[in-house]
Amino acid sequence: MKVLVPVKRVIDYNVKARVKADGSGVDLANVKMSMNPFDEISVEQAVRMKEAGTATEVIIASIGPAAAQETIRTALAMGGDRGILVKTDQTVEPLAVAKILKAITEQEGADIVILGKQAIDDDSNQTGQMLAALLGRSQATFASEVKIDGDKAEVTREVDGGLQTIRVQLPTVITVDLRLNEPRYASLPNIMKARKKPIDEKTPEDFGVDITPRLKVLKTTEPPTRAAGVKVESVQELVAKLRNEAGVI
Amino acid sequence: MGTLVVADHDNTNLSDATAKVVSAAKQLGGDVHILVAGQNCGSVADASAKLDGVTKVLLADDAIYSARLAENVAELVVGLMGDYDAVLSSATTMSKNFMPRVAALMDVAQISEIVKVEAPDTFVRPIYAGNAMQTVQSSDAKKVITVRTTTFQAVGQGGSAAVEKIAAAKDPGLSEYVGDRLSESARPQLTSAKIIISGGRGMQSGDNFKLVEAVADKLKAAVGASRAAVDAGYAANDMQVGQTGKVVAPELYIAVGISGAIQHLAGMKDSKVIVAINKDEEAPIFQVSDYGLVADLFKALPELEAELTKLGL
Repeated sequence: MKVLVPVKRVIDYNVKARVKADGSGVDLANVKMSMNPFDEISVEQAVRMKEAGTATEVIIASIGPAAAQETIRTALAMGGDRGILVKTDQTVEPLAVAKILKAITEQEGADIVILGKQAIDDDSNQTGQMLAALLGRSQATFASEVKIDGDKAEVTREVDGGLQTIRVQLPTVITVDLRLNEPRYASLPNIMKARKKPIDEKTPEDFGVDITPRLKVLKTTEPPTRAAGVKVESVQELVAKLRNEAGVI
Repeated sequence: MGTLVVADHDNTNLSDATAKVVSAAKQLGGDVHILVAGQNCGSVADASAKLDGVTKVLLADDAIYSARLAENVAELVVGLMGDYDAVLSSATTMSKNFMPRVAALMDVAQISEIVKVEAPDTFVRPIYAGNAMQTVQSSDAKKVITVRTTTFQAVGQGGSAAVEKIAAAKDPGLSEYVGDRLSESARPQLTSAKIIISGGRGMQSGDNFKLVEAVADKLKAAVGASRAAVDAGYAANDMQVGQTGKVVAPELYIAVGISGAIQHLAGMKDSKVIVAINKDEEAPIFQVSDYGLVADLFKALPELEAELTKLGL
């Protein structure tokens, strides 16, 4: 079966986002960009499925600027077979991303789409669920364990109270949580090999998708900051402050 | 026309989160109705009817909603949206699962985890793990919104709305519930606790969390963990506080052996009072804490427990 893994190029996990002084957004100039960490986990899952013989082909897709090609190459170096770059410099909201992915999923005949549960830039946590809805497919979100069994998948999900296991009909859409696996580092030979793997270039128009945003960003601001407080010298002093000064115990 | 709030519950108890979502819903203007979808969940409908400002409760009591599978709940909600301008639910794993599905089926954007209603079409939400706040205006005729409940006050319980039973929507038959492994704990839940004490990588083992638990029991606190502690297997996944775990805002948050990665701060920096206990005085957690104690946690936690005992706690 074919597996499609969409990946997103985002500000690196370790970089603190800075709001632009004019309030027009977050400053991405000269900032280190990387693959969304959750997407690395989805790539790893798909590659493991191929190594186990469950998946026949792993297709990597990304929607974004030309530089998103680097993110696709990273996923190909981890073991993806080929890539599709849907090039646009505009902001693409989750709903529009889901519409483009729907078209790709249908065109490629992908049985399983594996996505990160959220991107660490806009923190939306929507695309996988929206894609499943548009395809009329089952969905298994926040996965920490995936077992494919015939025409069904048994997925353990990280939920607020603990873990939940569901069984979903294939074809399906899976979104992954942190504990599904530990993504591999691409080896140098695999990075070299990935350079030769094909990447198809497309545009949103090729799929007939209107990506006009539904949300207008009026402003972007710094969150209220917390001033650092005081250092206490001992546990006794801490307890006294919490009791008498803060009044919280 | 008005707003539909989808209740968060476990078939028996209504989650505290729903009273906070109702508070956000009231700010949109118009009637507020609550949908309770579940099985044998009459008690949840009754509790929903008592929330101030709710004028009607819709109860869809059917076996296909027993586990509130996303495909099934989304189908039901979309069928009801002809009568509403907006649908709101809490940003819990239950709602995060089905709400985007609702939005896509209606061909509208979802506005995730709002922290403020500026106008019925304009909302503030955190992005980049809360390192920026974005004000967005929706151009969609109908709104699909999840609410970060830490920033909204729960409504009171003086209401007496009518409960109307509604029929189940068709069963999409795409998924089935197999089972749960829920964490059993006598302690308060993380998302509603007044005091939380969390352990990080500095705890060094799951066994050492006993030290945190002993203090938690004195303070009637919930126990949380950083991602590092969960990844290392010291704590269960549902204890994770942070960008991708739970977002909490208790009266008192005590971070023990947690360095303070931006992803962790995203989940707790709205707490009223923050205490950090860490042996590394350069740890970033001290930059957001009201009271910092540079100390070895293996000495400090037993001392803290003893001090609290002295206070009669």
